[in-house]
Amino acid sequence: MTGPITSRLLLLDKPSRIFLMVVLAATVAVPLLNLLTPADSFIHVPTYVVSLLGKYLSFAILALSVDLIWGFCGILSLGHGAFFALGGYAMGMYLMRQIGDRGVYANPLLPDFMVFLNWKELPWYWHGFDSFPFAMLMVILAPGILGFVFGWFAFRSRVTGVYLSIISQAMTFALLLAFFRNDMGFGGNNGLTDFKDILGFNLQADGTRAALFVATGIALMLAFVACRFIVTSKLGRVLVGVRDAESRVRFLGYRVEHYKLFVFTISAVMAGIAGALYVPQVGIINPSEFSPANSIEIVIWVALGGRGTLYGAALGAVLVNFAKTFFTGAIPDVWLFALGALFVLTTLFLPKGVVGGLSKLGLLKRSKPPEKSLEPPPLAEPKVEAQP
Amino acid sequence: MNETAPDIIDVIEASKPALYLDAVSVSFDGFKALNNLSLVIDVGEMRAVIGPNGAGKTTMMDVITGKTRPDTGQVAFHGDTDLTKLDEAQIANLGIGRKFQKPSVFESHTVWNNLELAMKAKRGPFATLFARTSSEEEDRIDAMLKLVGVSDRRAELAGALSHGQKQWLEIGMLLMQEPSLLLVDEPVAGMTDAETEQTAHLLREINKTKSLMVVEHDMTFVEALGVKVTVLHEGSVLAEGPLDFVRNDQQVIDVYLGR
Repeated sequence: MTGPITSRLLLLDKPSRIFLMVVLAATVAVPLLNLLTPADSFIHVPTYVVSLLGKYLSFAILALSVDLIWGFCGILSLGHGAFFALGGYAMGMYLMRQIGDRGVYANPLLPDFMVFLNWKELPWYWHGFDSFPFAMLMVILAPGILGFVFGWFAFRSRVTGVYLSIISQAMTFALLLAFFRNDMGFGGNNGLTDFKDILGFNLQADGTRAALFVATGIALMLAFVACRFIVTSKLGRVLVGVRDAESRVRFLGYRVEHYKLFVFTISAVMAGIAGALYVPQVGIINPSEFSPANSIEIVIWVALGGRGTLYGAALGAVLVNFAKTFFTGAIPDVWLFALGALFVLTTLFLPKGVVGGLSKLGLLKRSKPPEKSLEPPPLAEPKVEAQP
Repeated sequence: MNETAPDIIDVIEASKPALYLDAVSVSFDGFKALNNLSLVIDVGEMRAVIGPNGAGKTTMMDVITGKTRPDTGQVAFHGDTDLTKLDEAQIANLGIGRKFQKPSVFESHTVWNNLELAMKAKRGPFATLFARTSSEEEDRIDAMLKLVGVSDRRAELAGALSHGQKQWLEIGMLLMQEPSLLLVDEPVAGMTDAETEQTAHLLREINKTKSLMVVEHDMTFVEALGVKVTVLHEGSVLAEGPLDFVRNDQQVIDVYLGR
């Protein structure tokens, strides 16, 4: 049994191999160029760039999680930012507890914002977050449980198409409002910030930054391989069947809701892990991560890069965020127009995204023809099904 | 227990029909799609169901396969299984296969993978995540490709098949589920005469081992099947019997054939 399974793990088409090699090369080269080269050398990568790239890679993981459900199972979630943010908050709570008495109010137990609110003791749900393993467990469980519960109700009631997109959007909006409230105990409007160290290492140190980048790169590769394992399995073919002909799958005797729930929960956990890697590298997590616009942006990355290909989604996340960094630095007023224009132009001229365009030019010649079967039809209106 | 008991059970077993609908009614917003419909299909029987548009043919299939719950009435499978309590997946796994009117295959999967997905196997996500096809199963898929006449297109995407081939592939998918009863909705719609002839032959072949209910508009095709015919009209049975019999029924001529 293990033989064929491992061989399937390594069953990668050419673009997937190129993708993994590029990520691996970046994971090795970027920290080396940061740590081992003199600061004035032209090949030196400044630390802020390392963290910026680390942020892009965590977004790439988030894009993978959305592509897994949207590209392969047709579930268009417009609320995936919520799972990302929950993972981020779990990590942020750990980092807050690490500050200890080095905060402004020097309270050994309570984070600054709680002292400011005149709280006398730590709320029950903050207990345990001083332990790294516990916090990591919560990084997985918090988004995983929310994804499971949300999916349980949505898929069991056969909510599909735009209706599902709308309730996922409502979910993240509700969480946005909840996390804004000070008495929720998550720092309200300001969120969690002023982090000092992680696992005892100074978060501002070059070495820690480089290590976080490496961890994100490795997580991206693992997430990619896990997604490939899922989509190339028989389960993956069932998911594509659900995407293209849901009732056929049902009448073949598959419980569609179980499949959707399975892949949605995995996707939520993956988004949470991305959030946990994101927070220490940007140094803050606040409720704006729950904003519906963020979740929509993730979908744009995936559509731009190429839906249903995995590597396309990751590429889209990096490209769009690179463009965002550039535009918001150079001409900030133009960014949202540029994003909108990019989305419109891709939909019109590259319906299969950037990688779809590249493979049309023959740049990504596929090594195995059956791989094509995983590609979704061109980007189209989400299928609206009549409600029972 | 006396000695004759097993024999009596055998007799009851034998008389259990493959499908038994009794006084089934379904209404949508006041419109009676099925009105006190009763129908019995015996084990090993092939039944053709005809009727004008809106007669309730598709609704009847929806009720049998668990997509629609009847307001009143009984639906039993092989005598003792109440289908009205089960959902689509459970009913499919009991052994009822359904072919849709519009060919419904997985267009972005290969022909081979379409049959692989349909093949009777564990249906849970964890089973399929680690599933691999045994060589015995591969042989079964190959045999099915041959039976439905798409062997030479096995590696192509199902979306590339002709309309007729998609219909056959879908019938092949149904058979891979190893059902005991097949519900086939308009299998020859849009087919050429030659394809229609082949489909009739295929269905008769399938009928050697399985019960079938075939909904069809094409009278030449129904004639080619040569089986008992049920005429539906306004949600209930208008006439039942051999094709020649129902063809000469005045009511049937009035509502359906005469038009």
